Amino acid sequence: MYVAVKGGEKAIANAHQWMADRRRGDREQPELDVDQIQQQLGLAVDRVMAEASLHDRELAALALKQASGDLVEAVFLLRAYRTTLPRLAETCPLDTGAMHIERRISATFKDVPGGQVLGPTYDYTHRLLDFMLLAEGEVPEADRAEASLEQCPQILDCLNAEGLIEQEVDDGSEPYDITRDPPDFPVDRATRLQMLARGDEGYLLALGYSTQRGYGRNHPFAGEIRQGAVEVEIEVEGFDGPLCIGEIMVTECQMINQFAGSREKAPQFTRGYGLAFGRNERKTMAMALVDRALRAEELGEPIQSPAQQAEFVLAHADSVEASGFVSHLKLPHYVDFQSELELLRRLRREHAARQTAPTTEQAADHPETAGTEEAAQ
Amino acid sequence: MNDFTHSAPTSEDCSASGNNDSGQNRSGYNNSGYNFAYLDEQTKRMIRRALLKAVAIPGYQVPFGGREMPMPYGWGTGGMQLTASILGADDVLKVIDQGADDTTNAVSIRSFFERVAGVETTTETARASVIQTRHRIPEKTLSNDQILVFQVPIPEPLRFIEPSEEETRVMHALEEYGVMHVKLYEDIARHGHIATTYAYPVKVDGRYVMDPSPIPKFDNPKLHMSEALMLFGAGREKRLYAIPPWTRVESLDFEDHPFEIQAWDEPCAICGATDSYLDEVITDDAGGRMFVCSDTDYCQSRREEVA
Repeated sequence: MYVAVKGGEKAIANAHQWMADRRRGDREQPELDVDQIQQQLGLAVDRVMAEASLHDRELAALALKQASGDLVEAVFLLRAYRTTLPRLAETCPLDTGAMHIERRISATFKDVPGGQVLGPTYDYTHRLLDFMLLAEGEVPEADRAEASLEQCPQILDCLNAEGLIEQEVDDGSEPYDITRDPPDFPVDRATRLQMLARGDEGYLLALGYSTQRGYGRNHPFAGEIRQGAVEVEIEVEGFDGPLCIGEIMVTECQMINQFAGSREKAPQFTRGYGLAFGRNERKTMAMALVDRALRAEELGEPIQSPAQQAEFVLAHADSVEASGFVSHLKLPHYVDFQSELELLRRLRREHAARQTAPTTEQAADHPETAGTEEAAQ
Repeated sequence: MNDFTHSAPTSEDCSASGNNDSGQNRSGYNNSGYNFAYLDEQTKRMIRRALLKAVAIPGYQVPFGGREMPMPYGWGTGGMQLTASILGADDVLKVIDQGADDTTNAVSIRSFFERVAGVETTTETARASVIQTRHRIPEKTLSNDQILVFQVPIPEPLRFIEPSEEETRVMHALEEYGVMHVKLYEDIARHGHIATTYAYPVKVDGRYVMDPSPIPKFDNPKLHMSEALMLFGAGREKRLYAIPPWTRVESLDFEDHPFEIQAWDEPCAICGATDSYLDEVITDDAGGRMFVCSDTDYCQSRREEVA
């Protein structure tokens, strides 16, 4: 007989227990600890930090462990934690020009002041499975340079002297905080960049890719990609200059795109910008492409492609929002479905009545049809 | 790891910033340092301000700085933020999903508030001072000292006609609601009926067209001149809106196609009610089915009256 969905509480508790058991896996295997994840799955940690908008390697690693390696779930865990944290201070803008460079490349100049620094990258690896890793072979320590790199000027600044590239100037306005205030479309570029910075990497990658294939093409060159540590500074009352409270690793990408100009203004290269916590090169490149595509209106370009439509791009970029709303389809919808059932049955009854009534004059279960039949007799 | 840097804000943090009106969790449950009802007091205050605006402009969608909740977007985070903001230590909370107190998500949300607020919970509609709901309005008429909080997935009634927020905002400002009637008319032209059966659009106080959340249109009449305050929260979309008590709420319709609600040919198989919304339950694989009240508390209380 009728059994309602009772015992939800018990089912939930059991599900959590089973999931925890699954996560731990075979007890014969040593348990993965958070330090190992931090050290050895560093790029996953970086992605989780970037999309969660929280720089904390240890907690990002914990989130990854707790989520059994599900990146979107880990981002959600860390984001939900982030939202509970008090705001102690606002940092000064990061000076990425003063970055302690670990990697820095430009696709636009063969040699640049400060030099090209390849850094740690998978770029030129042959994608052959390394069976040595399967055998748990020891990896020798990498050689280290004697001297650290000097500060490298931003390559795009080198184009400034001739006025070849548009200038980005701080207008001093207080940036909008997307984590405190709801987005109010249309949003300005600083707000867009905040939203892209926490946007899902796969989503931005696909949109950025679409611009390269002609859907909102904007002729990009990778002007400079740099990775390294930057100082985080805050202003503290009673101190003259800003105080450094630590260093964080970031990746920055500056795309150089085709010119804009007008009758009054000489043509200039334009910029697309990407920045993310940690080593997040693919993300920042995609972000820079999408940022540039979203500047279509500002630069007087026709808006024809998905990547150029700000509301579309930005409202769907957040994996926490997207995954939540898609997964909510798993929740019960009995009531709405019942409404649809009731209507559909009625429509089908009426349809059947219309089909049968004029030709065969058979009695149907519909009162109107029955009436017609009587009239015919 | 340094415990201090990673500890969540406590109520002490909040009193330092000058307000801690809700007090600490009184249940004694170790809730790992979260503030009463989870959200910090500043956030609650921001939401309450937005709620006041919503009450002042019935049916108008007020943007608010929605926070991430420790549950997925789309699972009631908007409703939870409103509930968290209005909940006091003396409130009695009821949570329903599809009209039932024992569906998994209702259970989950109820136990969340038991844990972070320590408030008393109930399944009895009449005993609750705050009722959070997804997809239903209780059958029992609500009173003036009750607040109904709806979970809203898509707050914009015009969204499926006009996807752009920029556009819909202008449409609301200019009361450009003709498209809504065109949509309903197209239904009639195609099907002979208005094919919207839930989330049926209403006009509030003769001004704003509003999405009543995906309640069946059966529940729409309960919105009209309700004694209870009705609050609507959309977490992902970061919008909230309200219907104050004693407000006119009309379901959109036409003179020759007046608004009508669902009806069933049979009463509830358990309590015999003929005036409640019924869920269809499949009883075997041969097409056998029965109809029972979707509002479990209503069904239960009717059975107790008979007994």
